[in-house]
Amino acid sequence: MNDMQFTDRAVEQKETKIAAKDVNVHYGEAHAIKDVNVEIEDKTVTAFIGPSGCGKSTFLRCLNRMNDTIDVCSVTGNILLDGEDIYDKRVDPVQLRAKVGMVFQKPNPFPKSIYDNVAYGPRIHGLAKSKAELDEIVESALRRGAIWEEVKDRLDKPGTGLSGGQQQRLCIARAVATEPEVLLMDEPCSALDPIATAQVEELIDELRERYSVVIVTHSMQQAARVSQKTAFFHLGTLVEFGHTGQIFTNPEDPRTEAYITGRIG
Amino acid sequence: MSDTSKTSLLALTPRTKARNAAEKRFRAYGIAAIAVGLMMLIVLVTNIIGKGTGAFQQTFVTLNVELLESKLDKKGNRDLDDIKKVTTFGYNPLIRGAMEAKLAEIGIETDMKGKDLEGILSKGAVGQLREYVTTNPDKIGETVEFRFLAQSRVDGYLKGRVTRESIENDKAISVEQLELVDQLVDAGVIVKTFNADFILGADASDQRPEAAGIGVAMLGSLSMMLVVLALALPIGVAASIYLEEFAPKNRLTDIIEVNISNLAAVPSIVFGILGLAVFINYMHLPTSAPLVGGLVLTLMTLPTIIISTRASLKAVPPSIRDAALGVGASKMQSVFHHVLPLAAPGILTGTIIGLAQALGETAPLLLIGMVGFIASNPPETLVDGLLAPNSAMPAQIYEWAKRADPAFYERAWGGIIILLVFLVTMNTLAVILRRRFERRW
Amino acid sequence: MPTLWLVASLLLLAVAGFVVGRQRALSTAGGDAKELHSLPSYYGHNVAFTTLVPALGALAIWLLVQPMFIESRVSKMIPDEMAPDRPTLGLVMSDVRRVAEGLDIAVARGALSADDARSLRTEFTDVRGRLGEVGVALGADVRPEVLRAAQRYRVMSKTGNRMMGIVIGVLAIVGFAWSYMQTHKDFRARNVVEKGVLSLLILAASLAILTTIGIVLSMFFETINFFKLHNASDFFLGGTWAPNFRGDSELSILPLLWGTLYISFIALLVAVPVGLFAAIYLSEYANNAVRSFAKPLLEILAGIPTIVYGLFALLTVGPLLVNTFGKGGALGVEWMAGATSVLTAGVVMGIMLIPFVSSLSDDIINAVPQSMRDGSLGLGATKSETIRQVVMPAALPGIVGAILLAASRAIGETMIVVMGAGAIAKFSANPLESMTTITTRIVSQLTGDTDFASPETLVAFALGLTLFVLTLGLNVLALYIVRKYREQYE
Repeated sequence: MNDMQFTDRAVEQKETKIAAKDVNVHYGEAHAIKDVNVEIEDKTVTAFIGPSGCGKSTFLRCLNRMNDTIDVCSVTGNILLDGEDIYDKRVDPVQLRAKVGMVFQKPNPFPKSIYDNVAYGPRIHGLAKSKAELDEIVESALRRGAIWEEVKDRLDKPGTGLSGGQQQRLCIARAVATEPEVLLMDEPCSALDPIATAQVEELIDELRERYSVVIVTHSMQQAARVSQKTAFFHLGTLVEFGHTGQIFTNPEDPRTEAYITGRIG
Repeated sequence: MSDTSKTSLLALTPRTKARNAAEKRFRAYGIAAIAVGLMMLIVLVTNIIGKGTGAFQQTFVTLNVELLESKLDKKGNRDLDDIKKVTTFGYNPLIRGAMEAKLAEIGIETDMKGKDLEGILSKGAVGQLREYVTTNPDKIGETVEFRFLAQSRVDGYLKGRVTRESIENDKAISVEQLELVDQLVDAGVIVKTFNADFILGADASDQRPEAAGIGVAMLGSLSMMLVVLALALPIGVAASIYLEEFAPKNRLTDIIEVNISNLAAVPSIVFGILGLAVFINYMHLPTSAPLVGGLVLTLMTLPTIIISTRASLKAVPPSIRDAALGVGASKMQSVFHHVLPLAAPGILTGTIIGLAQALGETAPLLLIGMVGFIASNPPETLVDGLLAPNSAMPAQIYEWAKRADPAFYERAWGGIIILLVFLVTMNTLAVILRRRFERRW
Repeated sequence: MPTLWLVASLLLLAVAGFVVGRQRALSTAGGDAKELHSLPSYYGHNVAFTTLVPALGALAIWLLVQPMFIESRVSKMIPDEMAPDRPTLGLVMSDVRRVAEGLDIAVARGALSADDARSLRTEFTDVRGRLGEVGVALGADVRPEVLRAAQRYRVMSKTGNRMMGIVIGVLAIVGFAWSYMQTHKDFRARNVVEKGVLSLLILAASLAILTTIGIVLSMFFETINFFKLHNASDFFLGGTWAPNFRGDSELSILPLLWGTLYISFIALLVAVPVGLFAAIYLSEYANNAVRSFAKPLLEILAGIPTIVYGLFALLTVGPLLVNTFGKGGALGVEWMAGATSVLTAGVVMGIMLIPFVSSLSDDIINAVPQSMRDGSLGLGATKSETIRQVVMPAALPGIVGAILLAASRAIGETMIVVMGAGAIAKFSANPLESMTTITTRIVSQLTGDTDFASPETLVAFALGLTLFVLTLGLNVLALYIVRKYREQYE
């Protein structure tokens, strides 16, 4: 496989979806994220790369306030979604997460049927007015998750019975079903085999048409394959952020270069 | 793209408001459940303390009794055999006289007859007097100060359990007697004070609740605990060592394991039936003996001890075993020299908790006859303590709760306080041991 | 206590064995411990164990077998017309034992000489009177056959005990001598000792199985005796529980089972919602401070002995309910006659089970992987939605298992129902009525004057066996479900 095969890269400027300013995160005593500033564009795949423990997952989880569920975690600074501060007191994280969906490292289908897995989000958010409408949402989500053909005959079977790759695509379909604007993916392929990874990566590229996608990965090849923009994190700071092609071919910071050439990691 | 992007994050949609309300309700159910649980605990504890502390106080009547030679030793030769011929009945006039003298001394006039005056005292007062005289015959002829128990109604009156209204149909006491009691309380003759005999003394017949104590039953419980400790700890530890360290993984081991976890959940009454059938009917061990109670409780406690011992053996990391084996120790040596000492605090903690469980267990004791009689004689030797019929603390409490006189209820609650003091002490000890010696690997 | 002396001297011999065994091993090696195959103390242990273990084992077996043997021999002396069937024979034999015991006491106190005790005849002596003088009360006059049997019983026990002493002593000395002879510097003492210790460990572990067998057998045989005297179909299918002393008791389990299940149901009705919500709150919402404060406090409820709950039911909850629902009560209705009722026992048992349900459910809920919660929260679900629609369905099998365990606890609980439920066996749906349970009846049939020949007493064993099977079934099922559940997330 050609490691440095970059996706077609339109260099035109897109509008900013998420803007982070001076974000700091503390886990109790530990200072996990230090003064991160980044602008994530709409309809773009942005990859966060960096050695493990560099804070890329932590930062990702700030974007839909999943860190709220951890007691000792505190976030300062501003993160704006379409110009609105998501850490504003008036913002309900529940409403935020409906707009900013998330896919996790390990496929985590609920112990329910495939249909109910996908219908879960639309149901709690009240997106469907009738059963027929819900059916439609589920079908289109599964299609967008590129798994419809494989599961359309067994929608009432448990989601846990699928293979790993199918489970992850089901989870993506589940996230897509709530009509989010941003999709956060936390190492979505790390638990998958190469073939399933290829399928998911292809899917991510398709999702770019409708959503702003942010993907955390520790595989540089993957970042190179799927993303248009790449951010390199190291020891809690954002070292470099730019077009993927530029980061991988002509990094500005020596640390980025060291990481990409395999000297740190 | 979709219309959701038009909505601002800063404004809550009605649906979100409704969902947040549901969230609050759900959370409130949780808090309510915890509150209910804690409230029950508070109700239980205040109930026990409120009703039980009275048992630690008792009403006493102090009288100066003249030990008349003319009544006790007519021959005047101080021969103990002759003195013993005077039954308790013969002591009644002395008490009556002492009572009248006391009334005259403090200037209370009453037209009550001698029998009613005596009725203020416990029925055991004459026995106490006789006991004193037979052990100190040389005191005959002198006037000695005695502290007698007041009868339970008088005691209840001072504690507020008995009122003038509640005794309307009560033959044991009359309103006039209560009037006299009031005067005697004012004069300091009748006093309510701490009563060590409740903690240390023996049970009394159902006519004399004022004299009943839990001390003998406590000794019965202690003997049982000795049996449990002597049997359950070594057997439990041995069984755990085998299952955890040596047992091959096969069907038999599986059966033993399933068996142990099931035994832990067998109702305690079933162990009582086992004890009755095997230890008493088959082996003819004495009924009501703490030894039998101890054996039954041992069988009951074993699964608990085995389960906790295995957990603490499992907590010792395999590297310790490997290290011992690596320097040429045998498997047995690695277990007994290294693993077992490291697991000892955990084993001890589990054992104490098992013992505490056994101490409070009642149902099996009912079947092997540790209730239904008056545990009045403290055992004198260890063998006696194991084999002579005795009661146990929970059995004694049950026995009191069954008796009709409400005066015994107070003692039952008081007994529970003592039982709980033991349990709290044991559990605290276990917690301290665990905190102190717990090792995180 | 001759047995006690025997055990004490065995122990002494074992200690001596340890010392000499160790010394002999050392002396064969010329005093140099390095020459030995094993550490010196192992040689000592070898001698001590070989002295003690076989002797103690034999002692235990002897103590079990001797009474059986004597019993069977002596019971042949009882003429058939006195004891036409087995149960009656049992009664006569207990008389025999009591007389024998009385004679022992009389001899010990010097009221009878040993010869007198052996040659006593009812024709010449008032045995009951003589024994009464030394404080052995006998119910009826002693019949000549019983006295002779008792004398024989005494003689046989005495010979038996003497023989036991000799056999055990010889066994110990042989073990001592044999292992002492074996002791030599090349003897693999450690291996032998370790094998011995291992077999002791196995013995200890199999005690659990022995206990179960003991439980089953002890109830099984008496249950068979019961079914010989009483119709099995009446026991299982009849509708009335009415023991009496005329011999035509109706003893069927169904009314008792109804009471048991009804009370357990009410207990679960209290314990499951409270316990479950408490567990949910503690594991999903509460911060560490609340958790470390509320959890141990709740668990105190589980550590309180059942006698306390029984007293609470009898003296607090029962009267409280009567004051509410009874005559002249707060509600002005007259629904409740006495303090004991299904509700009294059920509510109190429910309180007892709250921590049981909550701590089991707490474990179960914590076993649901965090990724499941993250998945739901990441989709914008609220916490309660996550709990109700994702965590609870995932934890359901485990929670069902926990509830079954609680149900088994409730069914087997004794003290609370003995003190709070009442004694009337009936089918009724009114929770304010007093009803009775299986455990209550076991207690009442087996306490006080029991006659192991009557179906009224023996029925307790049939009840006990049913209770055992019932709770065992529930436990096995519950443990199976919980185990399967845990495997799913491991």
